[in-house]
Amino acid sequence: MFANKIICSLLLLFSMVGCAPQKETGKTAITIWHWMTDRAPALQELVKRYEAKTGIKVNFELYAPSDAYSQKVRAAAQGANLPDIFGILGEKRDFASFIRAGYILDLTPYMDENNSAWRNKFFAKALAVDEFSEGNSYGIDSGIYGVPIDIVTIQMVYNKTLLNQLGLNHQRPPQTFAEFLDIGKKIKAAKLQGLVSGWVETWMIDCFANNFAFNIMGKDKVLATIRGEVPYTDPDWIQVLTLFKQMQESGVLADGVVTMINKTAEQLFANGKAVFAFNGSWCVNVYKAMNPSLDYAAMLPPQASDKYPMAIWGGAGSSFMVNATSKNKEAAVRFLKWFTDTDQQAYLAEATNNLPANKESLRKIPEALASFSKAMDYSTHPNIWGVSEFPVVIEAWDRGIQSIILGEKTPEKVASEVQKIKERELAKKRVY
Amino acid sequence: MKLKSTLENYLFVLPAVSIFTIFYIIPFFFVLRLSLFDWDGIGRISSATFVGLNNFKEILLQDPNWWEAMRNAGWITLIALTLQNALAFLLALACDREIKMKNFYRVIFFIPPILSEIVVGMVWRFIINDIDGANIVNRLLSHMGLGQFVHSWLSDPKTALTTVALVHSWKGFGWGFLIFLAGLQTIPAEFYEAARVDGANAWQSFRNITIPLLIPVIILVAILTILGTMQAFVLILGLVGGELAGHTSVPVLRILTVMRDSSRFSYSCSLGINLGIILVIISFIQYKFSERARNLA
Repeated sequence: MFANKIICSLLLLFSMVGCAPQKETGKTAITIWHWMTDRAPALQELVKRYEAKTGIKVNFELYAPSDAYSQKVRAAAQGANLPDIFGILGEKRDFASFIRAGYILDLTPYMDENNSAWRNKFFAKALAVDEFSEGNSYGIDSGIYGVPIDIVTIQMVYNKTLLNQLGLNHQRPPQTFAEFLDIGKKIKAAKLQGLVSGWVETWMIDCFANNFAFNIMGKDKVLATIRGEVPYTDPDWIQVLTLFKQMQESGVLADGVVTMINKTAEQLFANGKAVFAFNGSWCVNVYKAMNPSLDYAAMLPPQASDKYPMAIWGGAGSSFMVNATSKNKEAAVRFLKWFTDTDQQAYLAEATNNLPANKESLRKIPEALASFSKAMDYSTHPNIWGVSEFPVVIEAWDRGIQSIILGEKTPEKVASEVQKIKERELAKKRVY
Repeated sequence: MKLKSTLENYLFVLPAVSIFTIFYIIPFFFVLRLSLFDWDGIGRISSATFVGLNNFKEILLQDPNWWEAMRNAGWITLIALTLQNALAFLLALACDREIKMKNFYRVIFFIPPILSEIVVGMVWRFIINDIDGANIVNRLLSHMGLGQFVHSWLSDPKTALTTVALVHSWKGFGWGFLIFLAGLQTIPAEFYEAARVDGANAWQSFRNITIPLLIPVIILVAILTILGTMQAFVLILGLVGGELAGHTSVPVLRILTVMRDSSRFSYSCSLGINLGIILVIISFIQYKFSERARNLA
């Protein structure tokens, strides 16, 4: 009787413990984690080609959406079970943390082989996002730690048909901020939506605001502010915040833009309900799937000042890193070399309507995508600035802009609140 | 013999205790330890800087976003405690009677709680939202001649949180309904018969028999409502998508945002500990209150 009870208890215990999966033995298999839902079929096609060529199996595992992917990668880092190749979504300081923890392979020796053959394939601005320069503020040894697989620019797009409908010339979208605001009245009268964007995702507000910050005060002053040398209460920063108030008052922002997820913004623009959108070049593939007959083009955000050029965020869109602790790291590097080679990048560009990171692969791209690529000259990216703002300051800034759009706070109040938090963080001497 | 019997009993609870220890107790102490450090959640924990109680000081004195999230959760909880539980109680009273199709109603009323929260959030967003949804609520209001109430319920910060609270109440009332119904069915019918014989009317029976005997159940439902609602966040993600400049921020969503969007993993751990402490204090106050209420009953 007692023995039966022991057996029952043990069975109960074992039934609650899952059996560990059997590890595959035999052929080398490279595991890659990604978040790019729209590219999954194209990636599988490339996997087939690589296996046919080399006999090496590659597993692309999709974990979407991107914030779930980020969490998975972080959890895997804590458990030291990252895959052979993965991407890092986030700020450069997160990238630096992964490198410091020993999870990312320094690819510089591979990039410099054969007279830098691999390095020279890429657009310089794309590679710069994955590079740490000499004496960087993150304390990372200089080098290249990731491989860009595409480039993006984040700009505005406009619906040519709707612009014509508003009595405007679609070949000349608004060039100045004042012109842009004027369109707001026409948009309201026509009962259309103005600018749509996924501004519930605060990084998109950050990006939009940053474009105008560069335009109004120039790159040096923006970086000086991040370093703590210029306060956020400076008139130039208040002018940046005021732009959002002006946009809201003019009616050029879509209703509920602050609660809009980017998928909704994409749907509204693709369905011809919004005149403008603020989105990345990945939207070309998305709009094509939603509405192939959409007639639109990309434009730079309209200039608020003539003093400095407009800047947009651009550079490496997605990058892959090699796990430095992986047993298959050499095979992983060889795969990435093949993956970023001309033919493969050209295939990905055509199949997924994303700009290739390999400059030799810009063969046939749609007109809309070409207009995104032309803006690369205006591009910058937080990951190449060499300094990072404190996360709590970024959060206060982004939430403050949301509050301005909602009509709850003035630009001056938001600037003051952000500066208070900045001073508090500077006093802690936390380093990023 | 007694020792053998005791050992047998412990052996039977050993699996459950082991699982509870591995998945609750040990992680709790791990999170508590992490909350005393400054760690970004990526590098090795050995590289984290010990900061003592600084994270907790920051929560108390320098994090207005956290307390705004607490207030928002408090508002949702208040609506849940009143509207949600009142509805659950009324429906339980109705289903306790001999009415047609009462079994059907019992099943229907229990469907919302078993639905996935994210699905409920997305479906209600489709129903309510005037931007990317079917805008059904506003259309109904217009058809009923109540056009003056047409509104952007989820985009307006003045109404977004209450809208979330009402959807949360719709989803949650089924649990209270089930527990209230079970409680009502434990009240002996003889009590009501005796009251009828003594000339008591329906209201008197309800006030002097039903309510006093249901007090333990009411308290249980209240405790479960508070503990469950204070930790709700998935519904908000489905309905609103985010914090709406803090207007729909709740504690667990705040913890997730801090952990995910900043490099302050340890600080998010201390937020979690803070939430736990607050819930324990609330539970303790409720427990003391329930003892008093039982004595009064």
